[in-house]
Amino acid sequence: MSIDSQKMPNSPLALEFKSSTFSVPVLVLCSEDLVVIEQQLKEKISLAPEFFRNSPLVLDMQEINKHGYDIDIAALTDIIHKAGLLPIGIRGGNIQQNKQALELLIPVYSIHSSSVSTETQKQKTITPTPEPTADIDTDVTTSTLITQPIRSGQRIYATGDLVILAQVSAGAEIMSEGNIHVYNTLRGRALAGVQGNTEARIFCFDLQAELISIAGNYKVSEDLDETVRNKPVQIYLQDQALIIKDIVQHHKNHSRNIR
Amino acid sequence: MGLAKKGHKTAVIDFDVGLRNLDLIMGCERRVVYDFVNVINGEATLNQALIRDKNCNLLYILPASQTRDKDALSQEGVGKVLDELKKDFKYIVCDSPAGIEKGAHLAMYFADDAFVVTNPEVSSVRDSDRMLGILASKSRRAVDNEEPIKEYLLLTRYSPERVKLGEMLSVDDVQDILSLHLLGVIPESKSVLNASNSGTPVILDEKSDAGQAYADIVARYLGENRPHRFIDDKKGFFRNLFGSK
Ligand SMILES: Nc1ncnc2c1ncn2[C@@H]1O[C@H](COP(=O)(O)OP(=O)(O)OP(=O)(O)O)[C@@H](O)[C@H]1O
Ligand SMILES: [Mg+2]
Repeated sequence: MSIDSQKMPNSPLALEFKSSTFSVPVLVLCSEDLVVIEQQLKEKISLAPEFFRNSPLVLDMQEINKHGYDIDIAALTDIIHKAGLLPIGIRGGNIQQNKQALELLIPVYSIHSSSVSTETQKQKTITPTPEPTADIDTDVTTSTLITQPIRSGQRIYATGDLVILAQVSAGAEIMSEGNIHVYNTLRGRALAGVQGNTEARIFCFDLQAELISIAGNYKVSEDLDETVRNKPVQIYLQDQALIIKDIVQHHKNHSRNIR
Repeated sequence: MGLAKKGHKTAVIDFDVGLRNLDLIMGCERRVVYDFVNVINGEATLNQALIRDKNCNLLYILPASQTRDKDALSQEGVGKVLDELKKDFKYIVCDSPAGIEKGAHLAMYFADDAFVVTNPEVSSVRDSDRMLGILASKSRRAVDNEEPIKEYLLLTRYSPERVKLGEMLSVDDVQDILSLHLLGVIPESKSVLNASNSGTPVILDEKSDAGQAYADIVARYLGENRPHRFIDDKKGFFRNLFGSK
């Protein structure tokens, strides 16, 4: 050992700890029924298989525990693995769940909201916090701003609102748990409210999208009729139907007469 | 060739391992002894492998290997060769193979500037868009969070007549899809075929339209302000003017 440490100053630096922030999708679980979970997970993934392939994931147990549900983390992880997702963390779990997660080599994260349950606080004492922390940014209120074009083959995922100033090319995919704003031409696929937020909206300057979706309700290019194409629109969900409307609200729909 | 003719020492590297043809186009295929892969593997020095162009003594070519496959290139090896070339050359042009595989990835990885050459067809433009996405996300500059690669658009095999007939995308269509700085338009021209058959780059054929288009492009890249000459249908314009048809 001592010989080794003497060598240390001469050998080049082999590693370095750095702190950085990632955007990782969070899977909020609201049921203890594994069959239902598996089925709904499959449905969600089928909307954007490319996006979810090998995607990291943080499991959020808050809802489950609020309702006092019981769920087997090992079985859950199994389902998620089979769906092609890779859990890299758990949050809001109780002692039992966190312990199970650690046995599966899934790190435990604390929730940085004010409502930390006593259980998770207790948990903190037995959970080794990695130092320095790689803080997983799951703050839904933050928005992501993008100024570069999103090209064919590129994918963007935002946990909060997604604001894009450049164009989104055909063959590109943008997803957000919140709203999507594209202040340019939207030619690719845009999916807002991907975690089920039915209040999410899509705004764009020039609609030429291949697919638009809000909380899983989608329309493909073929479904978009000429009255909504090539102009600024907003898209929202009303009674489970996608509504596409001019952003500029004209009085008494006179706008249609102009063209 | 254009850069070298303007007095800048320039090296061209062919990244199309397995399908080398740059040396054919440059007319130096009969002088190839060593290639890019030999240099990366340390089987030859750069000086041994670089071929000086017969028309211009500021231009050097590093040919691709015809016998190896693309796995013979490594990021580290390419980086080393480029670092060495940088000491001696003002410009290093990396000719990327088509596609998004390893050869293309390595050709663009270390780039400072990128020239995306596209044909005025939907599929070609879409592929270019894809390449631009890779430039913006997978290049060294992107990975190291540096200032992004400067991207330029070259539109080639352009034919204003066919655009008019609706058989080809127009400059505006392409610009609209890619929203990229247009460095130049090269017209569809027989001179290109003649040039590649005879192994003399078309830019040396100063009378040809394509040669002039490339000369303009090089000048613009170096900061000169030149009007675009090959976007509009000149012949058609005169034809209309004289009322003959
Ligand atoms: N302006 C032009 N006018 C007419 N023919 C052209 C023109 N530009 C290119 N060509 C022809 O198109 C063919 C392909 O050109 P080139 O080799 O430059 O393409 P490339 O994109 O480099 O192909 P690769 O992807 O295989 O490397 C050649 O046979 C060439 O003669
Ligand atoms: Mg080529």
